[in-house]
Amino acid sequence: MATLRDIRRRIRSVESTQKITRAMKLVAAAKLRRAQERIVAARPYAGKMAELLGNLVAGTETGDGAAHPLLERREGPRRQIVVVTADRGLAGAFNSNVIRRAVELIRRSSAPDVTLIVVGRKGRDFLRRRGHTIAHEMIGFWDRLAYGHASELADRFMQHYVAGEVDEVHLLYNEFRSVAVQRPVCEQLLPIPRSEAGGEGTAAPADYLYEPGPAAILGDLLPRHLRTQVFRALMESLAGEYGARMTAMEAATKNAKEMIGVLSIQYNKARQEKITKELLDIVGGAEALKQGAEA
Amino acid sequence: MADRLTLEVATPMRLAVSAPVDEVVAPGVEGYFGVLPGHAPFLTTLGIGELTYRVGREEHHLALVGGFAEVRNDKVIVLADAAERPEEIDRARAERARERAERRLSGRAADDVDFARAQAALMRALMRLHVAARVL
Repeated sequence: MATLRDIRRRIRSVESTQKITRAMKLVAAAKLRRAQERIVAARPYAGKMAELLGNLVAGTETGDGAAHPLLERREGPRRQIVVVTADRGLAGAFNSNVIRRAVELIRRSSAPDVTLIVVGRKGRDFLRRRGHTIAHEMIGFWDRLAYGHASELADRFMQHYVAGEVDEVHLLYNEFRSVAVQRPVCEQLLPIPRSEAGGEGTAAPADYLYEPGPAAILGDLLPRHLRTQVFRALMESLAGEYGARMTAMEAATKNAKEMIGVLSIQYNKARQEKITKELLDIVGGAEALKQGAEA
Repeated sequence: MADRLTLEVATPMRLAVSAPVDEVVAPGVEGYFGVLPGHAPFLTTLGIGELTYRVGREEHHLALVGGFAEVRNDKVIVLADAAERPEEIDRARAERARERAERRLSGRAADDVDFARAQAALMRALMRLHVAARVL
């Protein structure tokens, strides 16, 4: 049977774990709020960008062929997947969900056709261990996530795409649905899906004066559009990470509380037993003495 | 036709300005251009420079780096990589950036990739310093 001291020691250990999980939860909650604010702040830019792009592509795609190398469509098997994970764990299934999706996607295509760009230490470590081709990795920047990071990433895969090294680029990340719900989603970045690049729903392109020409503006707009998309995904992933960590740490704190409850009961029972035993000993001893005196 | 413009300046980080204004002057790649109410639909890429907008008699300035501007139906939408008000500019940082860029520019061939990069950095720094001086 566990001695009183053992139980007390365990209670103390669980208590200190609980302190840590509670602190982590609070930190995650504070960071989550900031991350959410940034997502909201970035929305107007992304929205206008998509609108402009729609107008512009509708205006320039009248000619034959693609108006820009990034709009070119190739029927090829070579895929590049940008996998976005966190640097740190202790966030429930946050990382493993994305990694599982990545592994599924990779398995579906033949190996030499897939190259990876990995964001986040967790994903990098896992995918590298499995021996996948990692064309580029980005790690240890999450605490100071800025637009520049998105640019760096986007410029990589755009370079690969324009150079004709890959035929498709996909972005796999955790979408921030709510604080409690993150879902891995895979979006096609390149070639730019028809629905985004014009398509129906776009108002008749206004008769713009262009400065410089429409093609030049498009050449400027497309890379920015992709960078913005990557930036949004990174921010969602970051908010999702904090949300997931908050939920996980909340659960851990609750579990610790339960555990402390169970251990406390055990401790009290053991203490009671010990006292009872001592009492019995004393009573027994007194009885024996009394009998000795009578005899 | 409305007698005022609506100006929106958005960057990837935030919506910097959203206000009714009377006039906008912005740095297009091919030179500064002014917009008054009733302007024709216009789409341009932006260079590095100073965006000025006027509300009544009051002029406001923003340091602008790259992006696009769209003018349509008396609405001016500016999508910039960065937009800073004079009071937000870190002058010490801009000063350091200027010195760094100047150092890199001296003693380099003009066809160097880094040359172009340093040149752009210098332009940004000078423009920031120029706009920051507006606050005085």
